[in-house]
Amino acid sequence: MSKQKLVVIGAGMASGRVLEHLIEAAPEAYEITLFNAEPRGNYNRIMLSPVLSGEKSYAEIVTHDDAWYAERGVTCRFGEHVVAIDRATKTVTGQQGTVAYDKLLIATGSAPFIIPVPGRDLPGVITYRDLDDTNAMVAAADRGGAAVVIGGGLLGLEAAAGLALRGMEVTVVHLMGHLMERQLDEAAGYLLKKDLETKGITVLTRASTKAILGEDRAEAVLLEDGTTLPADLVVMAVGIRPETRLATDAGLSVARGVEVNAQMQSVSDPDIYAVGECVEFDGHLFGLVAPLYDQAKVVADSLLGRENAFVVRDVATKLKVTGCDLFSAGDFADAPGREDIVYRDPARGIYKRLVIEGDRLVGAVMYGDTADGNWFFGLIKDGTDIEEMRETLIFGPACQGGASADPLSAVAALPPEAEICGCNGVCKGTIVEAITGGAGDLGAVRATTKASASCGTCTGLVEQLLQVTLGDAFRMPTAQPVCGCTDHTHDDVRRLIKTMPLKSQEAVWQELGWKTRNGCHVCRPAINFYLLADWPLEYRDDPQSRFINERKHANIQKDGTFSVVPRMWGGITTPDELRAIADAADKYKVPTVKVTGGQRIDLLGVKGEDLPAIWADLNRARLVSGHAYSKGLRTVKTCVGTDHCRFGTQDSTGLGIKLEQVLWGSWTPHKVKLAVSGCPRNCAEATCKDVGIVCVDSGYQVGVAGAAGMDVKETERLADVPTEQEAIDLTVAFIQLYRENAKYLDRPYKWVAKVGLDWVKARVVDDPEERARLIAAFEVSQGIYRKDPWAEHAATKARGYAPLADLTLEAAE
Amino acid sequence: MSWIDIGSLEDVPLRGARLVRTRAGCIAVFRTAEAEVFAASNACPHKGGPLAEGIVHGTRVTCPLHNWVFDLETGAAVGEDARIATYPVRVEGGRILIDGSALGQRSAA
Ligand code: SRM
Ligand SMILES: Cc1cc2nc3c(=O)[nH]c(=O)nc-3n(C[C@H](O)[C@H](O)[C@H](O)COP(=O)(O)OP(=O)(O)OC[C@H]3O[C@@H](n4cnc5c(N)ncnc54)[C@H](O)[C@@H]3O)c2cc1C
Ligand code: SF4
Ligand code: FES
Repeated sequence: MSKQKLVVIGAGMASGRVLEHLIEAAPEAYEITLFNAEPRGNYNRIMLSPVLSGEKSYAEIVTHDDAWYAERGVTCRFGEHVVAIDRATKTVTGQQGTVAYDKLLIATGSAPFIIPVPGRDLPGVITYRDLDDTNAMVAAADRGGAAVVIGGGLLGLEAAAGLALRGMEVTVVHLMGHLMERQLDEAAGYLLKKDLETKGITVLTRASTKAILGEDRAEAVLLEDGTTLPADLVVMAVGIRPETRLATDAGLSVARGVEVNAQMQSVSDPDIYAVGECVEFDGHLFGLVAPLYDQAKVVADSLLGRENAFVVRDVATKLKVTGCDLFSAGDFADAPGREDIVYRDPARGIYKRLVIEGDRLVGAVMYGDTADGNWFFGLIKDGTDIEEMRETLIFGPACQGGASADPLSAVAALPPEAEICGCNGVCKGTIVEAITGGAGDLGAVRATTKASASCGTCTGLVEQLLQVTLGDAFRMPTAQPVCGCTDHTHDDVRRLIKTMPLKSQEAVWQELGWKTRNGCHVCRPAINFYLLADWPLEYRDDPQSRFINERKHANIQKDGTFSVVPRMWGGITTPDELRAIADAADKYKVPTVKVTGGQRIDLLGVKGEDLPAIWADLNRARLVSGHAYSKGLRTVKTCVGTDHCRFGTQDSTGLGIKLEQVLWGSWTPHKVKLAVSGCPRNCAEATCKDVGIVCVDSGYQVGVAGAAGMDVKETERLADVPTEQEAIDLTVAFIQLYRENAKYLDRPYKWVAKVGLDWVKARVVDDPEERARLIAAFEVSQGIYRKDPWAEHAATKARGYAPLADLTLEAAE
Repeated sequence: MSWIDIGSLEDVPLRGARLVRTRAGCIAVFRTAEAEVFAASNACPHKGGPLAEGIVHGTRVTCPLHNWVFDLETGAAVGEDARIATYPVRVEGGRILIDGSALGQRSAA
């Protein structure tokens, strides 16, 4: 019987495997012709990264050389594109001629996706798919200079790492909020970014490419936000799509990939098979080699008439982005009833997260230490019941079987050389020695051994050692942690944000060992405030970590509507402003208009979607947000003062307006309210405010830390000063000191009670240098925040206030 | 199932939510991670608080009115005997699709 003719299009990783299986099982079954667009045969594409970085040569990654094909009688047509498949005549046409087939195998892989920006065709812009691309990058790197890699997925990062190793200055531009968002969650993405940055690679996230600039070749990349990044080389690695053009032209059924059945047969033609990344099976596409190898076996069996069927299996991604250890497996996204277990070791840069559904492990993400990855993957794949090991699961196989889950006995069981404090390299023995030598509390252990003195995450362990060593003689301290996500107190977190330093929420969660993925409604607003107060220039406010009032710049009401309170500087208004308020109340059918206790007017019951419009209307009359919703400056109440009152000693209204204009827009740990009274009769009630100024003949009495809410308390005198400017300076310095030090949601009177008025005076009043520093620091922050959020939202964020979709309308059409 | 396109993933802030009006009432569409989306009733069973305005953390949301916390995967309130309805939703090619049949609604062709 004459041999059947098999034609294979594409000599990639998948078809290479098919040929191996097929020829080994039945060397005489087929007469094989192998086309490949690349001018070479099969090689290990995965290993292109070591070739790029210079660790390997091309020769080392070839999987099938000329001799291999020759010995097996495979006719090779390398460097020849197939241009058409004719199913009627059962022929395939390459650039050099036509050949007939009995069976055809399409194995064309994927084509890199090119984002349609101007300049994408310039020389110097390359993708990363094959050896030619790799060689082009190596040649560019030899010339040196700057490279911009567009795309922070696996391929882009491999390219970036390789180019950096070859001495280029590399910037990665990534559209999403964290790197490799499909394989990693944001915590692991943060660690990856940090590692890449220590390798000298700049990483820009949430950065969208607008154009590639250059005359005859690429010279720079322009981002949507206007940033221009100089670039001698631009690597576009934004994704791939199955290479299906031939199949589509031949009229085969193609969805995103060539559609095949479980035998890897085209669903529209039983003589045509497809394998690899060009395939779509049961709605799945494939981008890693493991499933392709399974497919290859099935193809070989099917071609030999043996029964076999392809099934989609979970794949783990154990990835080595040159020098970074990461792992993800299973499914760590949506489905009902899931629960997270999170473990972080900040000192060693480790993060692990397990996703559990019922009593099964369904997903895992790991960074920094992936040794247990395969074990977790096994549990996921086998659907093992993990109920028994739940408590200790995250510690891996070493901790299973008999090990106690009680933390105290676990600590007691540790050997003396076990490291407790990763930052300072202090082991258990040293700490126990210090304790038996007389260090009876945490502070003493810190002082003698340095354990827990740096990042502080081992504090719990040190305390347990104290307890194990001292027994009942040791009483666990009862400092309140911020919330259930962490063991740290507010004070610790504030201190560590400044000293470590930590400049993003991801950094706080990781470096301080947060126990949850991304905090909760209690800690997130606090951390967000601490970061923006300490790093006004580096940290960007995160609206998603704010309570709704501050996110939408209005007070939510019990029925879900909002109230709108425009600012009335020092309580002064004009007929025009009042008219604008009245018009807005009419136009937006505001049910209640009320004069507040803070000397301004409240429009209550405004619909959420009307907010941007009513703000735009009020803005036109120069009315701005009154921040009646914020942990920030609220009102500065004033009395009429010297302008009209027969007792007034100073211009209290004028000073109130000045203070409000300096302070407005600033964020503070809790709300801040001021008042200025023109004389000791105190009609503005200044003696019960956070800062209250009472004018007298000789100048200004500046009082702080008053209260008239849940507690009532008279202000304490900070200082008496002769000039208005000094009164303003003291106020600003006091508020900045409060911003830098207070616990979130402590009003000034609570904070001053903790630190003592003398401590405050020593900085704000007695130390002119510190006062000047505080005022300057406040101004830096106000350079960003002293603006009207209403105007900004009405102009640029209005869409977010409307529903995403209205299906009631659609249904009625 | 009949999947209805309700908008782009990018239009829902990361760790945030947007509202969708349907004939079955207002539904909040939450985005908890880059490409992880949930849909649930917008009304808090406590006193009707608008859940789309809550703080989203992990795969949970905290009601903006009195801080009840809901698990978006199951709809169950944490530590309370209450639950919100959840709806099938998925992301495809950067678009968010919701199951119209679960809302008693056909896609408007
Ligand atoms: C509108 C107003 C009442 C009024 O109609 O006059 C008001 C309304 C609210 N106050 Fe107030 N307070 C108002 C003046 C006051 C005053 C008097 C003042 O500012 O001179 C006080 C006492 C002084 C003080 O601040 O301590 C006051 C002490 C509080 C407190 C207790 C604060 C404390 O630390 O003890 C709260 C609760 C809180 O902030 O946590 C609060 C909280 C609230 C909230 C925001 C409750 C909430 O979270 O929803 C109310 C919003 C109502 C709404 O839906 O708009 N409100 N509130 C006043 C707005 C003033 C303004 O123009 O901005
Ligand atoms: C740099 C890099 C690193 C990678 N790292 C990993 C990793 O760590 N782990 C992992 O699992 N996967 C990795 N991958 C993915 C893996 O390489 C692919 O999944 C795999 O190569 C796909 O095999 P394939 O046979 O479907 O396609 P390919 O290997 O791409 O082969 C397709 C071949 O068909 C040819 N062809 C296309 N059209 C025609 C035509 N019309 N005529 C003739 N020939 C044609 C192409 O030139 C190509 O040679 C990596 C990929 C790259 C590029
Ligand atoms: S006193 Fe303030 S918080 Fe209490 S009901 Fe009145 S407005 Fe609301
Ligand atoms: S209405 Fe939601 S907690 Fe009260």
